[in-house]
Amino acid sequence: MRVLWFGRWLRAGAAAMVPAGPPRAAAELLAHLERLALVDFRDAEGVERLQKAIQFADRLQEVNTDGVEPMDSVLEDRCLYLREDNVTEGNCTKELLKNAREKVEEYFVAPPGNIPLPKLDEQETFLQGS
Amino acid sequence: MAAVAARGCGGAVCRRAWQRGVARKARGGAVPAGKSGLAPWVPVVGLEIHAQISSNSKLFSGSQVQFAAPPNSLVSFFDASLPGTLPVLNRRCVEAAVMTGLALNCRINKKSLFDRKHYFYADLPAGYQITQQRVPIAVNGSLSYSLCIDNKMSQMVTKTVRIKQIQLEQDSGKSLHDDIRSQTLVDLNRAGVGLMEVVMEPDMCCGEEAAAAVRELQLILQALGSSQAVMAEGQLRVDANVSVHHPGEPYGVRTEVKNINSLRFLAKAVDYEIQRQIEELENGGTILNETRAFDSKLGCTVPMRDKEGKQDYRFMPEPNLPPLILYDAKSLPANVSHQQVVNIDWIHERLPDLPSVKRAKLVEQYGILPEHSFTLLQNEDGLTEFFENVVKQTQMKPRKVIGWILNDLLSYLKQHSLTVKESPVSSFLLADLLNLLEKKEISAAAAKQVLAELWKGEGKTPLEIVKEKKLELIQDQKELEQICQVVIDGHENEVMAIKAGNRKVLNKLIGLVQRETHGRSNPVLVKQLLEKKLSE
Repeated sequence: MRVLWFGRWLRAGAAAMVPAGPPRAAAELLAHLERLALVDFRDAEGVERLQKAIQFADRLQEVNTDGVEPMDSVLEDRCLYLREDNVTEGNCTKELLKNAREKVEEYFVAPPGNIPLPKLDEQETFLQGS
Repeated sequence: MAAVAARGCGGAVCRRAWQRGVARKARGGAVPAGKSGLAPWVPVVGLEIHAQISSNSKLFSGSQVQFAAPPNSLVSFFDASLPGTLPVLNRRCVEAAVMTGLALNCRINKKSLFDRKHYFYADLPAGYQITQQRVPIAVNGSLSYSLCIDNKMSQMVTKTVRIKQIQLEQDSGKSLHDDIRSQTLVDLNRAGVGLMEVVMEPDMCCGEEAAAAVRELQLILQALGSSQAVMAEGQLRVDANVSVHHPGEPYGVRTEVKNINSLRFLAKAVDYEIQRQIEELENGGTILNETRAFDSKLGCTVPMRDKEGKQDYRFMPEPNLPPLILYDAKSLPANVSHQQVVNIDWIHERLPDLPSVKRAKLVEQYGILPEHSFTLLQNEDGLTEFFENVVKQTQMKPRKVIGWILNDLLSYLKQHSLTVKESPVSSFLLADLLNLLEKKEISAAAAKQVLAELWKGEGKTPLEIVKEKKLELIQDQKELEQICQVVIDGHENEVMAIKAGNRKVLNKLIGLVQRETHGRSNPVLVKQLLEKKLSE
């Protein structure tokens, strides 16, 4: 069952390089996605929801799109409005900083660099348990 | 430009096959072979240049673009990525990109698209950058630049680098790393400022070529006004992609070098990285496809922190922006307001003279050498204007004037770290001095003395200084003849040598006359008089 599931996942174009089959490879793909998008599939239910979402999107494959230009947006025929080069915004430092949990002299405060996520082996993913 | 145009290192003009051994200090010199039998290395250098667009407001919002303002004061809700905000494209930024594309001989895409490039960093509040990955605004151009073959600026060769594309994209904010308190301070003033990313194909082979290409691009951008391109203020940022391979083999693994803040450092960083890669490979190591930072203090490249393997940017079309459509004279739509239409032909007609055209005009108009035109345009702001003003006010030929500008004036300016506008010697004063020289009222040596005096900026005119220091050439021919006679009479041996056929000794006599007159005699005239007397 799992093998079929991942096969379908591949057709949805998730990632070109991960082979179907062994759970290890799928776990790596999942971990990769979690890292990229900063989401956490967390448990079997989460992964199943993902699976259902992919199955739902898969139905697009049933339409024959040979020779049809892909559409990125329903706006594609609209005119892209061009704004004149005038200064009309800004100067609202106080308001913006109201959203900041921490600030130092009108700077936003962030952690030093990106916090590295734990490596795959260190992670507790549900797939490892199975 | 001229006929000799070699792209990158294909031609014989670029003998930069790098071989094992100690690199010669000579600028751009080939590395001599050490052990015999070792194959030469071919370095490959490509550049990604980000030029900040010179505009009043940002690319997609109406906040001001300004260097050094109070933190987070030039930030709109959109720049801070607050929900419910949308990007609105700035027309001036589009025009700047079209101008630059035309100046670099690109094909302007009449339809270009915007995309999102996703990555996480504190100074990118949206979590993505709006850029043009699929169809950028301009593609397939070229940039011609010149290099001197030797150190004396006497032989120049023209090279070309292909421009892969130019795309519009957003700048990110600025991060200040506070390692002591283990935190990063973020200022979003720069977030959203318009950038033109110019991607140059890997047609270059060393630091010198890279620096020359970027310098020419800088001059072009400044001539167009599309970017002020001052590297020190971060308006022009260069990342270099470097790899090495043996001739005939496929390209090697490349590294990306960042944190280069000046043209000089660009050349150094590229050359260091080439050398590092060669040494690594010759010692049996491998090159990682990584990003390295240039450490200007140590003069080397180091791996950058925060690099977690290859990034996956998950490019997707920007759903809030329809395609950008540009028009030309033929395709102008009838029922759209002028303000909403960017006409490529209209922009093309109004392009200012590019540096290469300016240089050619200077050479043609004034009869100076191409190398001179380069120095005029390359080194100093206002130097060309100064030169032209002097030429207007003096009878001396431009070809002679240029020597005084480039050798004397420029070296004084450099010694005292002054710009042309700060020069204590105005074009009027210099022209005045050169007129005295031209009218043969003083000698060239005396003129240099006067210039040194003028440099003090005490408000004296050249004529006043000449009189003060008694530098005028002796105009009275009889007086000169007398002095010549005295010298001849006092040096029988030399006279005999000259009459016997040794003409070189004549110079000694001329020198003696000069000494007698304290440098106030015209050597040409003295020579004539001596020769006349000796032949009597």
